[in-house]
Amino acid sequence: MNGRVIPIEAAGGSGKSAAFEYLTTRKDELVGWARKFSIFPYPFVTACCAMEFMAVSSSPYDTDRFGAALPRFSPRQADLLMVVGTVTHKQAPILLKVYEQMCEPKWVMAFGVCATSGGFYQNYAAVPGIDRIVPVDVYIPGCPPRPETVIDGIMQLQDKIARSQHLIVNDRF
Amino acid sequence: MASYGADILDRVKERFGQAEAPIQHSILVLAFAPGEVAGAVKALRDEFGFDLFLDVTAVDWPDRDPRFDVVWHFYATRNRVRVRVKTAVALADPVVPSLTGLYGSAAFMERECHDMYGIRFDGNADLRPILLYEGFVGHPLRKDYPKRKEQPIVPYREEPKP
Repeated sequence: MNGRVIPIEAAGGSGKSAAFEYLTTRKDELVGWARKFSIFPYPFVTACCAMEFMAVSSSPYDTDRFGAALPRFSPRQADLLMVVGTVTHKQAPILLKVYEQMCEPKWVMAFGVCATSGGFYQNYAAVPGIDRIVPVDVYIPGCPPRPETVIDGIMQLQDKIARSQHLIVNDRF
Repeated sequence: MASYGADILDRVKERFGQAEAPIQHSILVLAFAPGEVAGAVKALRDEFGFDLFLDVTAVDWPDRDPRFDVVWHFYATRNRVRVRVKTAVALADPVVPSLTGLYGSAAFMERECHDMYGIRFDGNADLRPILLYEGFVGHPLRKDYPKRKEQPIVPYREEPKP
C-alpha cells in the first residue's frame, strides 16, 4: 500500500467520520498484500534447527502474526518449502521430489546455515547448500538462527511475495 | 566390583596366552591375527559371557603396513567387563571373518564398517551400503578419501550466483 489517503463520500452519507474510512491502492499491491499474509509452509525438517523452528512457531514469537503458522504436511497444499536442517546427498532426491510436488507459485526458505551452505558439514555426506538442488528465495543464517532472524527472513519473503506479480493481475482485472 | 571384573579379565588373558595384554580405560585389549578372531570371539562369548556385541569399526593408519586395524568391542552383561579385540589387515586384502553367526547385531555394524573403510566381512551375506548409497565410489573415512569430494545423486543445478 502506498498510504495515500483521499477522502470520498462514505456509504450512507451519515456524516460520521473515522480515522480509516478510505484509502487508495493499486490492484497489484492489494493482491500482493493479501497474498503475503497467506503463507502455507511445508516444514522439511531434518536436524537440530527443528527446535528453533518450533520456538519460532510457538506463542512467544508466533509466526501466525505473518500468516505463516499453519504447516501443511502435504507438499501439494503448501506454497513455502521450509528446509530446516542439514540435507545429505542421500536425502536430496526426497527434497527434490517434495519440491516438485508443490504447486506454483511456491517459495523455498533455507533455514539455518546447513541448508544454506552445508555449514560445517563440508564433507562427503552433506549437500553444500540446498540451492544446488532447488531454487531458494530466502536464506536464513545462523546455527541455529535466532527467532528474530527467522522472522526477519519471513518478512523479507513477504516483501518478495508482495512485490511479485500474480497471474490474475492483468489488463482485464 | 572392580576386583571381580579384574579377576575375569585375568582369566581371559590366561586363556588366550596374552599375559601382557593392556587394560586401557578398564577395557582389556586383545590382539589377534585375522584368522584367529572368529574362534577367539566364540570363546569369549561361550566361556566368559561376553554376550553383548557393542561395536565394530576400523582405524586407518595411512603410513603403516598392514594399514587397517579392525576393532571390536564386547561387553559381559553379567560380569560387567569389557574387552576390545583388534586385528590388523592390509589394504590389498582387507578381509576379516564376519561375526553374524555369533551375534545377530553384528550385521548392520559390519555393513557400516564396510561402507566407511572398505573392510570386507567374510560371511556377511548383505554388505550393501547402509549409511551410504548405491553408486558411491570409495570409502569416505579412509584417510586418502578427499575431504571435500562430493558424489551427488541429484545433479546440481547451475552454479548458484555468489
